[in-house]
Amino acid sequence: MQELINRAKELLADGTVARVLGWKAGDLPYNPEPAYFESPEELKDFVYNGFCGANLSKYMIEASRLEGKTMVCLKPCDTYSFNQLIKEHRVDREKAYIVGVGCKGKLDIERIRKQGIKGIESIKGAEITDDADTLTIQTIYGEKTCAYADAMLERCHVCKGKEHMIFDEQIGESKETKDAERFAEVERIEAMSPEEKFAYFQSELSKCIRCNACRNACPACSCRKCVFDSNKFDSSQKANVDSFEEKMFHIIRAFHVAGRCTDCGECSRVCPQGIPLHLFNRKFIKDIDELYGEYQAGADTDSTAPLTDYTFEDAEPSIVGKRG
Amino acid sequence: MYKIAKENLSALFQKIAETRELYLPVKTAGQTNFGAWNADAEVDLDTLKTVKSAKDAFFPQSESLYNVKKEGKKMSIEPETLKEQDFVVFGMRACDVKGMEVLDNVFLSDPVDTFYAARRDHGTIVAMACHEPEETCFCKVFGVDAASPASDVAVWTVGEELYWKAQTEKGEALTEAVKELLTEAELSGEAAVEAEKDSIHKIVEKLPYRNLSLEGWNGDALSEKFDSPIWEELYKPCLACGTCTFVCPTCQCYDIKDYTAGDTVSRYRCWDSCMYSDFTMMAHGNNRTSQMQRFRQRFMHKLVYYPANNNGMYSCVGCGRCVEKCPQALNIVKVIKAFQNQGGEK
Repeated sequence: MQELINRAKELLADGTVARVLGWKAGDLPYNPEPAYFESPEELKDFVYNGFCGANLSKYMIEASRLEGKTMVCLKPCDTYSFNQLIKEHRVDREKAYIVGVGCKGKLDIERIRKQGIKGIESIKGAEITDDADTLTIQTIYGEKTCAYADAMLERCHVCKGKEHMIFDEQIGESKETKDAERFAEVERIEAMSPEEKFAYFQSELSKCIRCNACRNACPACSCRKCVFDSNKFDSSQKANVDSFEEKMFHIIRAFHVAGRCTDCGECSRVCPQGIPLHLFNRKFIKDIDELYGEYQAGADTDSTAPLTDYTFEDAEPSIVGKRG
Repeated sequence: MYKIAKENLSALFQKIAETRELYLPVKTAGQTNFGAWNADAEVDLDTLKTVKSAKDAFFPQSESLYNVKKEGKKMSIEPETLKEQDFVVFGMRACDVKGMEVLDNVFLSDPVDTFYAARRDHGTIVAMACHEPEETCFCKVFGVDAASPASDVAVWTVGEELYWKAQTEKGEALTEAVKELLTEAELSGEAAVEAEKDSIHKIVEKLPYRNLSLEGWNGDALSEKFDSPIWEELYKPCLACGTCTFVCPTCQCYDIKDYTAGDTVSRYRCWDSCMYSDFTMMAHGNNRTSQMQRFRQRFMHKLVYYPANNNGMYSCVGCGRCVEKCPQALNIVKVIKAFQNQGGEK
C-alpha cells in the first residue's frame, strides 16, 4: 500500500495527474469508501486492503469530464469494465492514468456476519501485505477466526485471473483465488424444471427493495437517464411490487447489459438483500459463449462483440425454441 | 411480568394469529425481513437487525390509494379501505420503536394520514431488548435504551426463557389474549431481567460509535451546515441508489404515481428516496439538480430540518442499517464525524 501512496504522490507532484481515485480508510475495520485525493496531505487517508471491493471504473465516466488526468486504481477484474467503457465511448482513455493494483481476493463483510461474527472491533489478515489464509477478528464477544476464502466475494471464487487487461503501470502482487467453476451455479439452475426455476427466482427477486443499487453500481448501466427513472411512463417501476421486480426490472436490465456485462460482480456485491443478480448476466454470457464462441466483454477495446455483429453463421432465432 | 419458554414460541405465535395478523422477522432466501407469520415461516429472532426495518407494517413501501375504472363514458372511483384488522408486530427493537415516534410526528399531525393512522390504531408492537448489540449500533446517541424498548410489550431473552412485560393498554390487551401460554415470572426471573439490562448497557458502552457527538446539529445550524463546502467532498462516492433510505426506519418521503392499464388506473404511493433524480420533481422542474444537493438533503433532513420542526428530536434513531448496507460505505455517522473533524481542524 505504501508503494501505491508513494507513486500517487510522485504522479501528483510531477503533474502527470490532477487527482487520485482510490479508497479512503473508513471508521470501522471493514468500511473503506471510494475517494478522490488531490494532494499529498490527503493521501494520509488512502487505503488499499481486502475490503476495497468497489469497482472504480464507473467513477471514471465522471472523472473523464474533469480537468486533467486521474490516477485510478483498478484491480484485474475492474480493468475489464474499464475496457468495455472505452469500447462504448463512455470514458476517455487519455484522461486516465491506470495503476493496475494487485488483488488477493476481496472480502465481503456480509459473509463474515453470516458466520455469526458480530461486534467487530478489529480485523487482522485483510491487509494486502498479509499473506494470511485466516482472518483474526477481535469482537466485543471475544476473538473469532474466519478463513479468508470463506469471507471472499462470490466473484473472487470464479476470478477471471491475475492479469490486468489495461494499465499504465502495475503495483502489487495478485493471487490466484479461483476455486469454483464460473458456470456451475448457472448449470444447476438450467437443470431445474420451469416451475423450480420460477420458484427460485421468485423467492430471490421478491426480496428486491427497488433501491437500484445494482443498476447504479453497474459499469454497463451507463445511460444518462434510465428508462425506469422516467416520469412519463405509467408503469409500476417505482413500486416494490412483485409483478415488476420479478417479471420486469431485473430481467430487462439483464437483457440490456447482455454482451456488454463483464461479470464484474458489482450487482451482487451491492445488493442489500443478497440477491445473486450476477446469475442472470452469467446465463447470458454462457449462452453467448455457446452460440457465438467464447467471448469475454472487456478483454479488449476494439473487437466486434457477438451481439453487435452479424455473420451468416449466427444462430437462427429458432434456436430459442430448441434450447428452451 | 410474565415469561414463556422459547420452545413455546410457536404456540404463542399460533395463538396470536388466531385473533390478529402477526408480522415478525422471517428468513426468506437467506435474508431476514419482517413478514407475515404462518406455520411454515422460518422465524428468525436471533438476527439483530432485519434488512428493512418494520416500518412497512405501518407505512408499506407500496400501497394502493384508490382505483379508477372506466366503463364507456362512466368513470368510477373505488377508494382503498383503511386497515380494520388488529395486528401484532413481534420482534422490533428499541431503535425501530423510536422510529415509530419519528413517523408519528409526521403522519399523525395535521393533516392526519388516515392510512397510517388506521394501522397505528390497529397495531400492537412487541419489541425485544437487544441481547447482543453490534458495532454498527448507535441508538444511545439518540437517547434510545437498547435494553428497554418503549413498546406496547417489551420482551427480554434470558437463556431459554422470554420475559414479557406489558407497558401500555394495547400491551395489556394482547397479554390477556395470550395469557394461557404465559406464566407469572418469579422474583428470580425479574432479577435475571435486570441483570440482562445491565449486561446490555455494558456492551453499549463498548460500541465504537458510543461517543458520537451531535453537538452543533440543530435547527439554528441551518445556513452554516447547508453552505458547508464539506458536502462537495462527502457526496462523491454516492451511487445515488436508495438503499440507505429504504432500509431506514425513519425515512418517510413518498411519491404518488399512477399505474395505467387500459381502462383502469391504480393510484399508488410508494417510498421515494431523496437520492433519486425525480425526487420532489414538480411541474416547473426539480429544485435539486445535482447529486450533492440530493445527498445533502438526506442528512439535513434528519439532523437539521426535522429537529427544527419537532422540538429538537432527530429523525435518526441510530439503528445502523445504513452503516451496514451502503454499497460504498457512506453513512450518517461518517457525515457527522466529517463535520466534527472540520470543526477540530479550524
